Parts: sequence; structure tokens; C-alpha cells
Amino acid sequence: MNHLTEEQLVLYHYGDTGDGVDAASIEEHLHLCGLCQADFDDLRHTLQAVDSLPVPDRPDNYGSEVWARIQPSLDGDAETWWGRLQSSLTPRRLVLAGGVAVLVVAAFVGGSVLSRRQPTAPVAAPAANPQTASADPEQVRERILLVAVGDHLERSQMALVELVNSPSGATVDISDERERARDLVTENRLYRQTALTTGEPGVASVLDDLERVLVEVANSPSTLTAAEFSTVRKRIEQQGIIFKVRVFGDRVRERETRSVVNAGVRG
Amino acid sequence: MDANDAHDVTLAQARDESAFRRLVERHSRGVFQLAFRLTGNEPDAEDVVQEAFLKAYKELRCFEARSSFRTWVHRITVNCAYDLLRQRPRHKAESLDAAADEGAQGGGIEPEADDTSRPDRLAFGVEIEGRVRAALDLLTPTERTAFVLRHFEGRSLEEIGETLGLRTGATKHSIFRGVQKMRRALAPVVGRPASVRGQASCSAGL
Repeated sequence: MNHLTEEQLVLYHYGDTGDGVDAASIEEHLHLCGLCQADFDDLRHTLQAVDSLPVPDRPDNYGSEVWARIQPSLDGDAETWWGRLQSSLTPRRLVLAGGVAVLVVAAFVGGSVLSRRQPTAPVAAPAANPQTASADPEQVRERILLVAVGDHLERSQMALVELVNSPSGATVDISDERERARDLVTENRLYRQTALTTGEPGVASVLDDLERVLVEVANSPSTLTAAEFSTVRKRIEQQGIIFKVRVFGDRVRERETRSVVNAGVRG
Repeated sequence: MDANDAHDVTLAQARDESAFRRLVERHSRGVFQLAFRLTGNEPDAEDVVQEAFLKAYKELRCFEARSSFRTWVHRITVNCAYDLLRQRPRHKAESLDAAADEGAQGGGIEPEADDTSRPDRLAFGVEIEGRVRAALDLLTPTERTAFVLRHFEGRSLEEIGETLGLRTGATKHSIFRGVQKMRRALAPVVGRPASVRGQASCSAGL
């Protein structure tokens, strides 16, 4: 007779059986077969080691923290969409979101208007109409997005650099950084979605990485213990997000400059 | 279902926010624990917690109390985490050793203060922890979810299959593959490598 298969041992460990083999038969086999018993012991030791993986503890008021985070987004029946928007956006956040929205809309509207105008331009003599030639809608759209994303990356980089360089004591107050991170998350989401819809997966990917870090900072308590702060700092450093944002920010700036130069050359 | 939960669910279904707040406060830690085991890191787990409760609030009217609120909200949590795992690029470590080193260095939990007096034990614990994390990151979203639900949550095969949209056979296989990968990853530090099975004969019979 064959030994028990690894799959049979795993199923038996969890109280499941299969392939027409019942638990009593497996038990009996284990009792008589030293090899299978040894293998089963090994399996149990391994799974005990898996149990040792700790789960970070959450404070007693964790439920209240979660509630504070989700409450503004609850879709109350009595509330209108405008009421919900008002309650979820602080005045400062509204200004920021508005600014971003204006830039994004400008990028699309600018591009669309120019797209409609372009066919009327003389095709045979582009040089004769430099204004039209230089105002390629794709370029306009790209330039506006690049300027906005470049600024956003620069501000995010500064915020993260300041955070990791915060003077650490027994406790660290990161309430300002947390507030900045919340604002940056709002902007980041808009840029990321815009980058996705405009076919910029590279930009979207970096913004996605950045958003994870910003969300973590935004959701942290305003005062951290030295150990908590060290963990946050370590995580930011290990992910290399500051370096990534810096390098990508430089690339965006280069593209922005090239875009302006190209437009100038054509103009 | 717990009497407090049942009462609060009824009120929350009538859009009583304070009742829903009590449900959130009561179940957040459990939901976080599950989300952390499924996602393996705190930021993702926090996102999942948030998303799960928002979904629960939106779908609360469809909740028919056939299961407990806890079971229901945990199922939503699993779905949110599973979606996130599927979107997330899988960890591609060059080797399990490298992955274990990464795991041991990053994202780990700070050791308890009283453990520092036993450096060899501490180092061993950190190495195992790193390897467990690395191995979990190597599982596919389905394997990871199935393994976590069976191993940590003690869910039945039927329940796991229902959650993941799998037949019982495929559910068993996903759990098995998850365990198999964990064994391979942990073999250098726990137990011995799995022997060649199914080919040799023994006198015990079956």
C-alpha cells in the first residue's frame, strides 16, 4: 500500500478528507506507519510556525478611528449629494480639489477645443500658421497635466522628506504632516485617475505607490510613539518612495521642458 | 446573532447612523485582524477595513440575518481583500531566502522587549517570521485567501468555496497548494523537507 499523500495529510490536519479515504483509515495508517507519522508531525510543526506570525495590535479606540474615517463617506438617504460633498470636504480641501479639477478640465477642454479647430487649418502650409501648428491639442493636454503632476510630486516629496526628518522624542506630533497627507491624497486620486484615462500607466503606477504611503500617513494617529514613528519612517525608507518620487518628478519636469521646447521649435 | 448586533442591525437598516457606528466599533478589530492576515500589510489592511464597512453600510438593507453580522461583514472583508490581492502585483522574490531576508527586515512587528535577552531565539523567530511572510506573498490570491480562511479562520471548505466561487475540489487544492508552499519555504528552519510521497510502499496499508 502507498504512503499517505501530502494532500491527504493536509486535509486530515484540517479535519477534511477526500478521495474516498475517511479520517479513521488515515488515523490508523498514521498509527502504524512511522514515516507518515513523522511527515505529519513535520506538517504540524510548520503550521504551528505559521501561527507565530503576529498581527499588529490595534488600540481600544480603533473602532472609533475607523468610524471617523468612514462616517463622511456614508451614503445617507436623507442627505443630498451636495450635502455629502460639503460635509466630506473641508474648505482647504475644497480649494485644493477645485484647483486640481480646474487643471484637469482645462487639459481636456483645451485639447478638445483645439481638436475641433485643427481640421480648419491649412493642411498644406502649416508653417504659415505657426499658432495653430504649435497648439497641438495632445501637447496642450500633456503640458497641463505634466505641470500639475510635477508640482504635486514635488509637494509630496517635500511632505515625506519633512516627515521622515521630524525630530523624534518620546512622542512625535505629526498632525501637520497628516493633514498635508490628507490633502495630497485627494489630489493624488484625481491625478492618478486622469493619468489612467489619458493613457499614462507609468505616471499612474508611481501615483498609486505614492497614494499608499500618503494614505498610511493620513490615517495615522496625530501623535506617534517613538517606536510607531520609527516603523512609519522605516517603511517609507524601505519602499524607496521618496527616491522614486524624486526621480519620477525629475523625469516629468524633463518631459515638460521638452514639450515646451518642441512647441517653441514648431512655433 | 448576538442580541446587541441584532438590535443595532435593525436600527442601522433604517439608516440610524449611531447604530451602525456601534457595529463598526464592535467589529473593527476583528475585521482588521482578518484583513491584515489576508493582505499582509497594515496600509492595505486599513484600506480593506474602510472599504468593507462602507460596503456593509450600502448593502445593509440586503442583510437578512441568516448569518451573524460578524460572519457577514467578514465575508465582505474577504471579498474586498481578495479584489485588492488580485490587483496587486505579486511579490517576485529571486529566491525564498532573499524574500525571507526582505520579510525579516521590513514590515515586521517590533519584537517584545523581554525577547531581547535571548538573541539566538529572537533571530530565529525573526527568520521564521520573515519566511512566513515571504511564503504568503508567493501564494496566488486564491491560495492565500483559501489558506487564511481555513487555517486562521477555521472556515469550512463549502464556505470558502462559496466565497471564492470554487468547487469543493478546487478549494481543497488551493488550500493544499498554500500549505505546500509554506512547507517548502519553512523547510530550512522548521522540520525537514517533505519526503517523496506516493511512490514508496509501506506495510501499514490504507
